[in-house]
Amino acid sequence: MELTLWTYEGPPHVGAMRIAASMEGVHYVLHAPQGDTYADLLFTMIERRDRRPPVTYTTFQARDLGGDTAELVKRSIADAVERFQPEALLVGESCTAELIQDQPGALAAGMGFGDLPIVNLELPAYSKKENWGAAETFYQLVRTLLKPQLPAPGSPKPDPARWRSEGRRPRVNLLGPSLLGFRCRDDVREITQLLASYGIDVAVVAPMGARPADLQRIPAADANVCLYPEVAGTLCSWLERQFGMVCARTVPIGIGATVAFLRELHQLLALELPAELQPAADGVCEAERRSRLPWYSRSVDSTYLTGKRVFVFGDATHAIAAARIASRELGFEVVGLGSYSREMAREVRAAAQELGVEALISDDYLAVEAAIAEAAPELVLGTQMERHSAKRLGIPCAVISTPLHVQDVPARYAPQMGWEGANVIFDSWVHPLMMGLEEHLIGMFRHDFEFVDGHRSHLGDGAPTASSSGVGEPPIIEEAVLPALAGLHWSAEGEAELPALAGLHWSAEGEAELAKIPFFVRGKVRKNTEAFARERGLAVIDSEALYEAKAHFSR
Amino acid sequence: MASSIATRASAETDLPPPLKESGQREVFCGLTSIVWLHRRMPDAFFLVVGSRTCAHLIQSAAGVMIFAEPRFGTAILGERDLAGLADANEELDRLVAQLLERRPEIRTLFLVGSCPSEVIKLDLAKAAERLNRQHAGRVMVLNYSGSGIETTFTQGEDGALQALIPLMPASDQQQLLIAGTLADAVEDRLVGLFHKLGIKRVASLPPRRSTELPAVGPGTKLLLAQPFLSGTARALIDRGAELIRAPYPFGVEGSRDWMAAAASAFGVAPARVAEVLDPLVERGQRALAPMRETLAGKRLFLLPDSQLEIPLARFLSRECGMELVEVGTPYLDRQLMAEELALLPPGTQLSEGQHVENQLLRVRHQRPDLVVCGLGLANPLEAEGMATKWSIELVFSPIHGIDQAADLAELFARPLRRRRALSFA
Repeated sequence: MELTLWTYEGPPHVGAMRIAASMEGVHYVLHAPQGDTYADLLFTMIERRDRRPPVTYTTFQARDLGGDTAELVKRSIADAVERFQPEALLVGESCTAELIQDQPGALAAGMGFGDLPIVNLELPAYSKKENWGAAETFYQLVRTLLKPQLPAPGSPKPDPARWRSEGRRPRVNLLGPSLLGFRCRDDVREITQLLASYGIDVAVVAPMGARPADLQRIPAADANVCLYPEVAGTLCSWLERQFGMVCARTVPIGIGATVAFLRELHQLLALELPAELQPAADGVCEAERRSRLPWYSRSVDSTYLTGKRVFVFGDATHAIAAARIASRELGFEVVGLGSYSREMAREVRAAAQELGVEALISDDYLAVEAAIAEAAPELVLGTQMERHSAKRLGIPCAVISTPLHVQDVPARYAPQMGWEGANVIFDSWVHPLMMGLEEHLIGMFRHDFEFVDGHRSHLGDGAPTASSSGVGEPPIIEEAVLPALAGLHWSAEGEAELPALAGLHWSAEGEAELAKIPFFVRGKVRKNTEAFARERGLAVIDSEALYEAKAHFSR
Repeated sequence: MASSIATRASAETDLPPPLKESGQREVFCGLTSIVWLHRRMPDAFFLVVGSRTCAHLIQSAAGVMIFAEPRFGTAILGERDLAGLADANEELDRLVAQLLERRPEIRTLFLVGSCPSEVIKLDLAKAAERLNRQHAGRVMVLNYSGSGIETTFTQGEDGALQALIPLMPASDQQQLLIAGTLADAVEDRLVGLFHKLGIKRVASLPPRRSTELPAVGPGTKLLLAQPFLSGTARALIDRGAELIRAPYPFGVEGSRDWMAAAASAFGVAPARVAEVLDPLVERGQRALAPMRETLAGKRLFLLPDSQLEIPLARFLSRECGMELVEVGTPYLDRQLMAEELALLPPGTQLSEGQHVENQLLRVRHQRPDLVVCGLGLANPLEAEGMATKWSIELVFSPIHGIDQAADLAELFARPLRRRRALSFA
């Protein structure tokens, strides 16, 4: 049993629903108790879809458990096939149905639907989660549909440069975009445009918008582009193994990644690398000027972003991409990097190592919150869940990854990938930070009645509340009592009611000096000073100790 | 209005037999009640014992609010827990201790049963007893089921209130007990009016603090503010309370009848009732008039969701002039709904249970002017050109009482007005 206040992923059948609902002509019969239809809202409300997801639920109740639930499953399958006339059928269970073991997939297979492709989904709800469910469903569905096309063992691999001899433009599949993915709608448009500008066509986009017949056209492309490894990684590997299809694995989020992606794809397709993708003498490649991020980030207004401490958490793909953009393209200091995607833990660890931080691989919201508190960043780039922690800790926050809520499925064009994606990222990550002039003035004059400590006037709110002003940052607290940190109360004056620090306390004068530190770095300064005082065996921290520590830690 | 009260239909024999349907049900499970109960009792914590699906449901419903301090969570069962039950109990004890360490200010902890915990027959009642002994004096541990296999949406509140009833102190004192969650301002208003009528002691269940439970006993007269409290009503009657029969306090008429029924139970003279309430009724009808202009003659179809459907249909037809095409309810308690059924216009087609596909066929066939339905269906029906009113909002809005009648009508008038207001030509 695992205590969960917020869960980063839904159960695996929600992943399967994402595949079915993203596609056309696919229906999903889900053996599930009454109430599990809540998942429809994810699509009709969060994704704001104008039609019901193609899912038929058995919605059994307690009284059905005494009877023949298998009969109920069969009736639901027959009704759904009759009513919706799908081109492919998914059959599976939710967590409760898994316990009563009616084997709905096997039942469906025996119902005589002729050549209707039926995929029996085995999604272990008590050990796997949403993204795994989506990846498995996507893989099983394509596998079922491509069975007749499987090349004989030992057949030669198709040549990814065959487009040349066939006298056509190269074409690739975009695999992975789905509903309830992060900004997939606009990423697909951005990448399609990007590829078109380099003379590359898009053959099949899947699962988003594809029909079963489209999936059968996947092998006709020259290469696959694995845009979202969490959803399409399994399938791309299988297509590589079984059909010999090459696959571009670089995810084009950020300027550097977009350039690397284009270079990778040109190489895979044996396309000549255009001059604008080649690095010039100064290391700048001309193509990056197609985005505004590099200039915005180089312009002097962005100087104050240098070394801003940022904590990154999300799915592996978006977290790795964000860490790279933050450190290389925006000049932040990444003080924490983590992901809930256990399937891609190795990649996250490698990215973290490169940045000199320890990767946090966890789906425990409390552990993530504790890690944020410990790192005392000035900005959190995370999921909808990190917005809760950031609110509690009074830290600016931007959402970079699922889980998301309705505000992250915007009406406007808002990709994360490609050149325009980088523009969107620049705006949305910098927005929550205090603007440069305000930051300077609050550092100089602390007695203003309107622009008080922690105030970010460009966000349009009034003065911040005591808990978000950061006045009473908690002191260093040992690991063992970290959970208790979460339960701290804040008094009206904004001072935390803190447990006594063993053998160490701040003098009034030391506290007064600390209060002069700009609020967004105050937490870090407090931690550093206390660590310094401990190291030196000081009992009292006064203003001199604070300045000593400041000099000690400034490298 | 007064005349319509006098000439109300006498019996539910005027109604055709309800359509009883079974098939796919597009409803919430009882766990969803946590979304409003956690605000009513901020010192309580709701710990669901279930699967990742349960956790996902609650956060999908409530997660758009940003919580510095969550008031609900899920103990997610893993494969190890499914292997043996004794182990699951130890695990639960460990998690509860962990939770209470993090949140020492919690006074009442609800262990909320789910489909998985019910199917594997994890005895949460016994677990609550055990945990009560472990944490005696610090926190009260209670248990109820919010599982989808047993409860639909608002029935979760019925379960939670029933769990509180054994903890209510016994007292023979004369008092009025209002059962069912009310918005704070509405509660204050209604209690104030009861005081004016001369009913001195008025208590609410649930209270605003989980530790301040009202007493109950033979002197208690029970007035239901919500129609979905079948179990709660029966358990309170078992503790000696006497049920006041009344329609539910929606609209001018329903609210007046509801208050008048309570006044009558306390022997308040009808003249006093008229003196206090008639000015409110007059004002309420004045406020309602513009809404009635929008709603009168419009055809209404209510899909099952919360059991509020019948009282709302009564209000919208009698006071706002809407025509009822079909009134669906997830569960029909004829005893608790008797006063409401008697007020429905003759011929009203009720349906109990649901076969959502067939019901949608009827919706499409009838093309009503307004469909009251859940959020899973609302946007898809809008896209088909039908105006909808999403029903969940009705349990999150202050809709009870004479003074709220116009606000309640406004909830239904707004989507119609909005459709008229928008134009993209």
